[in-house]
Amino acid sequence: MNKIPSAISLGIRRGGLEIKQFSRQRESVVFTLLFPVILLVIFGSVFTDTIAPNVTFSQYFVAGMIASGLVNTGFQALAITIPLERDFGALKRLRGTPMPASSYFIGKAILVSVSMVIQILMLLGFGAIFFGVDMPTDINKWITFTWLTLLGSACSTALGIAFSIVPKSGRGASAVVSPIVIVLQFFSGVFLIFTQLPTWMQQFAALFPLKWLTQGMRSVFLPDSFATQEVAKSWENGKTFVILVVWLVIGVFFSVRKFKWDRD
Amino acid sequence: MNAIEVSGLTKSYGDVHAVRGVDLTIATGEIFALLGPNGAGKTTIVEILEGFRMRDAGQVRVLGFDPHDEGNAARQWRNRIGIVLQSTSDSGDLTVIETIEHFSGYYSNPRNVEEVINSVGLDEKAGSLIRNLSGGQRRRLDVALGIIGNPELLFLDEPTTGFDPEARRSFWALIEKLRGNGTTILLTTHYLDEAEALADRVGVINDGKIIEVSTPAELGGRSTAQALVSWRDGAEIKSLATDNPTSLVSKLTAQFNGEIPELTVTRPSLEDIYLTMIGITHE
Repeated sequence: MNKIPSAISLGIRRGGLEIKQFSRQRESVVFTLLFPVILLVIFGSVFTDTIAPNVTFSQYFVAGMIASGLVNTGFQALAITIPLERDFGALKRLRGTPMPASSYFIGKAILVSVSMVIQILMLLGFGAIFFGVDMPTDINKWITFTWLTLLGSACSTALGIAFSIVPKSGRGASAVVSPIVIVLQFFSGVFLIFTQLPTWMQQFAALFPLKWLTQGMRSVFLPDSFATQEVAKSWENGKTFVILVVWLVIGVFFSVRKFKWDRD
Repeated sequence: MNAIEVSGLTKSYGDVHAVRGVDLTIATGEIFALLGPNGAGKTTIVEILEGFRMRDAGQVRVLGFDPHDEGNAARQWRNRIGIVLQSTSDSGDLTVIETIEHFSGYYSNPRNVEEVINSVGLDEKAGSLIRNLSGGQRRRLDVALGIIGNPELLFLDEPTTGFDPEARRSFWALIEKLRGNGTTILLTTHYLDEAEALADRVGVINDGKIIEVSTPAELGGRSTAQALVSWRDGAEIKSLATDNPTSLVSKLTAQFNGEIPELTVTRPSLEDIYLTMIGITHE
């Protein structure tokens, strides 16, 4: 009798399968990967001003779009596709096999990470070539960028899996999830400059991870002189780290305890 | 050891008592068919045995394990069972062989992928995307995924719904092959000929209770039921129910001095018996 494969090795296998499935769904590939670039083209072409010395709106917007991409590819995509898989009965079938829940979650995390890497490369590439977006030269900024992306992906994945229990059906999932994301994008300073928003909007946004991810990404892509123009007059990266970890723990807790494999 | 042992099983959904005190024992290597009308509680019972649903009360042992338990022991247990659910579908973006190969990786001792594809008759469709399969072909894929792990115990919930007659026959042959390997099978079905062809024993369930468990030949007193002999006598068709059809036929043979016109001798089919049983319990 051989041993059952470990949860991690099955998770990696699931990741490969998820990517293969995803890459064959042309609509979702286009929507998920290209949409942020399309938004960059629109906003970058409309708002050509500088918002501070050496800071163009495109520069500000790229930071916001990368943060927002983490929320789109993780939270939004998973909270919409998992209820669909549940409706199909695909999750129930998986539940009947020796594959553990953790492998399924690892597979989703791999899918989110891979599409995030592609999205970031496309945003930075387009931004640099067509909209004069500057890349950071300080190694510390890239270190910040790395932990923000990793922690942000993990947090967004966990919250997406956790939130997948909320929509009653796969068909209705998009209507439940998308408005939440769009409102958070406006409130968190992705499409609009955060400091120009009303205080109540800023305070509401500060409860959720997107605002902190956006602010963290600004600390990477904007000059340090801009920090004084933030609400707190600093980048607050330590606080961002703590808040993302708290949301990650909340997401993992509900994913593990409440995940639904079956419709009823 | 028995593959499945159930005693005093109950399950309610709100005010609806779906399962009301079921006792059931299925021996290792047996093929057992659960029959019953829609809403009788078949699926609830099977899903409790599969670990998908919680029971309200009663003892359940499946391969010596309580399906309600979780953790690593549950993984070990799921490694030994195969489940074919009533309705499953996929996004359809993988091919047949990709899907079966992937699922084979979940188990410690999977069966050979090509062999399984061949045994469900999907050789020609191995490279096709699932979205391009017909309903019957998808069902065969479901069965392939149920047996890929080389299970000791296989659950089949209405496996041949949507099959054409030829596909059903080849599916029955597959089940016979699994029986040869010693696989225990719990089958639910609407088709009584299927239960008769495959099952060692059948259990009839209605209104959340098991009415009778028996072999298909003996269910509802079928083997001892009166036979109906009918023949043509001049212009009219005559028929007579009797315990001794052979002596009646030989009497008729003498009477007609040879060939009896339009002779038939019939015993109640499993379907007749089953419908009577369901009808009676409805009153």
